[in-house]
Amino acid sequence: MGKITLRNVTKKFGDVAVIPALNLDIENGEFVVFVGPSGCGKSTLLRLIAGLEDTTDGSILIDGADATDTPPAKRGLAMVFQSYALYPHMSVRKNISFPLKMAGVDPAEATRKVDNAAKVLNLTSYLDRKPGQLSGGQRQRVAIGRAIVREPKAFLFDEPLSNLDAALRVNMRLEITELHQTLKTTMIYVTHDQVEAMTMADKIVVLNAGRIEQVGSPLTLYRNPANVFVAGFIGSPKMNLITGPEAEKRGATTIGIRPEHIDLSTTAGEWQGEVGVSEHLGSDTFLHVHVPGMPTLTVRAGGEYGVHHGDRIFLTPQADKMHRFGADGKAM
Amino acid sequence: MATQHSRTAARLMISPAVILLLLWMIVPLSMTLYFSFLRYNLLMPGMETWAGFDNYYYFLTDPAFFSALSNTIILVVGVLLITVIGGVALALLLDQPFWGQGVVRVLVIAPFFVMPTVSALVWKNMFMNPVNGMFAHIAKALGLQPFDFLSHAPLASIILIVAWQWLPFATLILLTALQSLDREQQEAAEMDGASVFARFIYLTVPHLTRAVTVVVLIQTIFLLGVFAEILVTTNGGPGTASTNITYLVYAQSLLNYDVGGGSAGGIVAVILANIVAIFLMRMIGKNLDA
Repeated sequence: MGKITLRNVTKKFGDVAVIPALNLDIENGEFVVFVGPSGCGKSTLLRLIAGLEDTTDGSILIDGADATDTPPAKRGLAMVFQSYALYPHMSVRKNISFPLKMAGVDPAEATRKVDNAAKVLNLTSYLDRKPGQLSGGQRQRVAIGRAIVREPKAFLFDEPLSNLDAALRVNMRLEITELHQTLKTTMIYVTHDQVEAMTMADKIVVLNAGRIEQVGSPLTLYRNPANVFVAGFIGSPKMNLITGPEAEKRGATTIGIRPEHIDLSTTAGEWQGEVGVSEHLGSDTFLHVHVPGMPTLTVRAGGEYGVHHGDRIFLTPQADKMHRFGADGKAM
Repeated sequence: MATQHSRTAARLMISPAVILLLLWMIVPLSMTLYFSFLRYNLLMPGMETWAGFDNYYYFLTDPAFFSALSNTIILVVGVLLITVIGGVALALLLDQPFWGQGVVRVLVIAPFFVMPTVSALVWKNMFMNPVNGMFAHIAKALGLQPFDFLSHAPLASIILIVAWQWLPFATLILLTALQSLDREQQEAAEMDGASVFARFIYLTVPHLTRAVTVVVLIQTIFLLGVFAEILVTTNGGPGTASTNITYLVYAQSLLNYDVGGGSAGGIVAVILANIVAIFLMRMIGKNLDA
């Protein structure tokens, strides 16, 4: 079980409302990702759920029971920290079994649980090492192991992959997703990386300045961003947001078109521009095109696309994939 | 630039400093060593004769030596215990956020800046004096007999004075160590269900071992040579109740005018200090490695 409900949860530091009243339902077994730029309050929100911060107002329900004033240890949640927060003087085995020891679990039972967790996480041969002797990815797994053995109602991850290098990050992303499919436990995951959000989440919560901008499945957010902020935040490379006469022509304040929804041609098209930087990735080519009267547009061309700096190029946005936003920033 | 040439130049340039330091150390040491084999009494100057190991024999068989040895050990261990335990407690307190934290921290460190002679005199005359001391006043106010600290518990009183001086040092080092304890680790332990007490035992104490090691090492070096506090309070007495090795060497050479015996005592003290240093380094080297 792991249903978490936030009702009007508010957090103020002094007079500054980091999180204005916020409502959110997290269903049992869901993988929910909080995503947003740094300083948007996503980590604070996670810490409120964990109980490491006190709410200023509102209530947090875990499985229907009010947990607002319950101390962190009693909430039945496990957290994986950004710095891993392993205990440096304890071996991996002791690190993982620490919560069990604190809970007074029988040592034989604890050993069995630690061995199981180690097997799941490929840590069996490292159990007697100290955290200092492990690589970043292994430390990450120890931190997850420490969370697993508690058999929590929900896992909380606070930017767990931000200290890993790019290749390892992709690996761990897969491992965490797989873990979620095996355990089927609720997971709440905080990140500033929209790629992590898109690839892992069942449900993404986009936060900005403490407010929820939009909640939905990754593809809902991709297809129908509710506002300019979500449109600009979800998707890589970022959606092109255009204001001015071109937007007014289509009856909107801002129009948005994703790089992959612009057709390229060297002969004819709606907009004419000059190629600036082109990024050749092999599988894709990203062109940064300067069109007069518009910001630099990013365009994705499939495969290898042979244009160079200074070349003239014609762009045609796919009309049905265009997003229109009103003066209030909301989608029309 | 580690060319042969620059290395030679470097050696040449540091040699004055090295030679000066070497002389500074070697000359007094070898003179002490030389004196320790002489029958050298200040009352009979110019009458020095070779004494062989007699000075060592008399110093080491002197009953005062054994009481001085045990006093030294009790003094060092006693002060270390008080400062480490008290230092951890104070550091934990000072680490809590409270109003006026900055001022309080400065005040806590203040005793370290008071000269040993001065602080010992203040303690002797203003606190421990059986007639005018504050403790005597308190005792009288409670209707009790004033306690004459320096004559009835001389060593304990000196331990108290020295510990008061060194407590700020221990507190300071332990406080900085405490502040470097990772917050996320504590939060992780909190989520793991560890109580405040368990977090102290399993996180804080292991984290502090290194700082405690440093405190023990540095304090031991200084505590083996405690002298001023004894000189201005008890003069090593009553009898030899508060005489440590350093004070015994002083008494031997300057109160008994026996430079030879005092030098022998000095060499014994150097050897003992080195034995302690070797053990400490062994113990501590392991702790500092990790």
